[in-house]
Amino acid sequence: MNATDKRYPEKPDQVYFFGTCLVDLFYPRAGVAGIRLLEREGITVHFPQNQTCCGQPAYTSGYHDQARQVATVQLDLFPEPWPIVVPSGSCGGMLRHHYPALFSGTAHEEKARDIAGRTWELTEFLLHVCGARYTDQGPPVTVALHTSCSARREMAIGDAGRRLLAQLGNVTVVEQDREEECCGFGGTFAVRHPEISAAMVSDKVDSIVAAGAEQFASTDCGCLMNIAGHAEKTGKPLAGEHLAGFLWDRVRGADRDGTS
Amino acid sequence: MSATQTPVQAFHRRVHDAIHDARIRANFRSAMDGLMSKRRTAFADWDLERLRELGAAIRQRALTRLPDLLEELERNCQANGIRVHWAETDEEACHIILDICRAHDARQVIKGKSMVSEEMELNHFLQQHGIQALESDLGEYIVQLAGETPSHIIMPAIHKNTGEISELMHEKTGTEPSRDVDYLTAAARSQLRERFMQADVGISGVNFAVAETGTLCLVENEGNGRLTTTVPPVHIAVTGIEKVVERLEDVAPLLSLLTRSATGQHITTYFNMISGPRRDGELDGPQEVHLVLVDSGRSGIYQDDELLETLRCIRCGACMNHCPVYTRVGGHAYGTTYPGPIGKILMPHLLGLEATSELPSASTLCGACGDVCPVKIPIPRLLVRLRREAVEGDGQHPGMVAGHGVKRRRWEVAIWRLWSWLHARPGLYRAGIAAATRFRWLQPRRLGAWTRYRTAPRLAPRSLHALMKARASGGNPR
Ligand code: SF4
Repeated sequence: MNATDKRYPEKPDQVYFFGTCLVDLFYPRAGVAGIRLLEREGITVHFPQNQTCCGQPAYTSGYHDQARQVATVQLDLFPEPWPIVVPSGSCGGMLRHHYPALFSGTAHEEKARDIAGRTWELTEFLLHVCGARYTDQGPPVTVALHTSCSARREMAIGDAGRRLLAQLGNVTVVEQDREEECCGFGGTFAVRHPEISAAMVSDKVDSIVAAGAEQFASTDCGCLMNIAGHAEKTGKPLAGEHLAGFLWDRVRGADRDGTS
Repeated sequence: MSATQTPVQAFHRRVHDAIHDARIRANFRSAMDGLMSKRRTAFADWDLERLRELGAAIRQRALTRLPDLLEELERNCQANGIRVHWAETDEEACHIILDICRAHDARQVIKGKSMVSEEMELNHFLQQHGIQALESDLGEYIVQLAGETPSHIIMPAIHKNTGEISELMHEKTGTEPSRDVDYLTAAARSQLRERFMQADVGISGVNFAVAETGTLCLVENEGNGRLTTTVPPVHIAVTGIEKVVERLEDVAPLLSLLTRSATGQHITTYFNMISGPRRDGELDGPQEVHLVLVDSGRSGIYQDDELLETLRCIRCGACMNHCPVYTRVGGHAYGTTYPGPIGKILMPHLLGLEATSELPSASTLCGACGDVCPVKIPIPRLLVRLRREAVEGDGQHPGMVAGHGVKRRRWEVAIWRLWSWLHARPGLYRAGIAAATRFRWLQPRRLGAWTRYRTAPRLAPRSLHALMKARASGGNPR
């Protein structure tokens, strides 16, 4: 699917936010930033407290019963017909593409299809549904963008992240060599096949650094953890953060509401 | 490789060696970069999506009617004077070919490129029975000189650079060392030309077997395929049963997809359509043409609609060219006839999961392969399916693939059960992460293989759940 073939909904008044377990534990500020970016568009954001994990780790490891058990709980989180926004292409892809398969032939099939049909990745939602417009409040900076494979392929968000960044006057976005190549995360792959994963992430870090960026923004926390973690371990001058956090820090100056 | 290694250990050993071999890394990286850019250019003016849809539909239609089409193919081949043989196993196929060779007192066989014959280890088998088989495809010729196996299904010697090839040819054939590719090619050609004339039998593969007309299509660039199938008095074509297509008109779109996906060519230098032995009054062509159709595990795949998609493959190699794992480890690390993504989804069917259980897991599921596959095989989905087959296969989930359940370990099942138990109980989950973030100073600095190459991610002081809860009750979500 191409981003252009997708039919985005009208901008809604309310959305659900599915934070993902990595954001929950390691990058909650990215989650808060994502929520604020949505609120900035005049949308009321609901964060169901009963959310846990989309089930993907078990799913891709082949343990589909266990994945289904966890996914079943998530099916009950979104009773209203509002869009579900996810700050991750990978977990978004799980909801959007794998839930229907996981629940196919079960009593939950219809619910899974309904949820799949209204799940969107955060940056595509901000750009295409909200029509977000940003004025840069930050100092000049050079960054690279890392779009996860699942955001690009499964969620087909196209260049949404790049177009959001392009609105920021003081931000120079560099292009890396082989930008579309996987960073080598792949969930349990990183620990099951550590040497292959390391070869991949090391190439990724090198090409970002060679492009002249000292920091990068990522649409997914898995890749972020992998790339930034490798750079830190090997002493390469590269810091990373989630794209939501990066964007929010650049635009928040204009919308200080006293709580941020 | 020591005999006591398990297939899993052997795989990791080969990967380790390849990753640390600078030459392998450099050769594959530059070759794959080149192939990717050629493919991009070749499809630049095409509605690639539509063409892929068409290619997928043609192949799927052929597979859905596979038993019928194979019978039709047999009938029409026979009507054309092609003798058709069926082999259930590699061994059977080897024996069929041996028998044909013996019937003609063959001592020397010349071969065009055939991956199925690699599957069967045909050269080795013939050698054991006193028949010399010489590879005539340049890449295969080099691989044979080196005593190796192909590292890529389209470019068998892609793991070697020009310098290595020159050294090898110098050592084995006395060719003057040179970095000039044309010179080396010419040298190999002149050595091969002789052998074509002497060969008693020519053996080739098949790219598409057309049921409607009983035609065998062969795609190649060097002319060696044409010589193999026309100069010796006997031609044996050997192929997997899945290579059949229904109609002649199906060939054109598949050919367009194949050559562009494989090498970025609009068309190959040679495209052979073989429709039988030499007829009365014709000046050339073999006196006998045989077709050996090999099953070797393929019909097992046929039982399952999802797995069946594996057989759509037209062997273009694009999935490996675009695979970030293949690019890093090269073809030999896989240890199987077909490397790369297609190997990971095909080999478990041909060899069983006991020998191949590590292959489906050696992927990030990045999806590059599925994206470029000209017949839209959902490779990542099939990888997940095979991962499932590798851990399932108890009473509740009868496995489909031979060796299913081979990776099922009690402790691993227990971990996933615990994981799902916790994540299916939101209250407990929240309590768990509250504790984890609160006592985050207890977080180990080392996390096995993860922290060998990366620092550990740091637990946040407060989870998103906690921040949002505080915010809902009027707090400050820092
Ligand atoms: S799986 Fe697809 S991309 Fe890979 S070799 Fe087969 S046809 Fe080509």
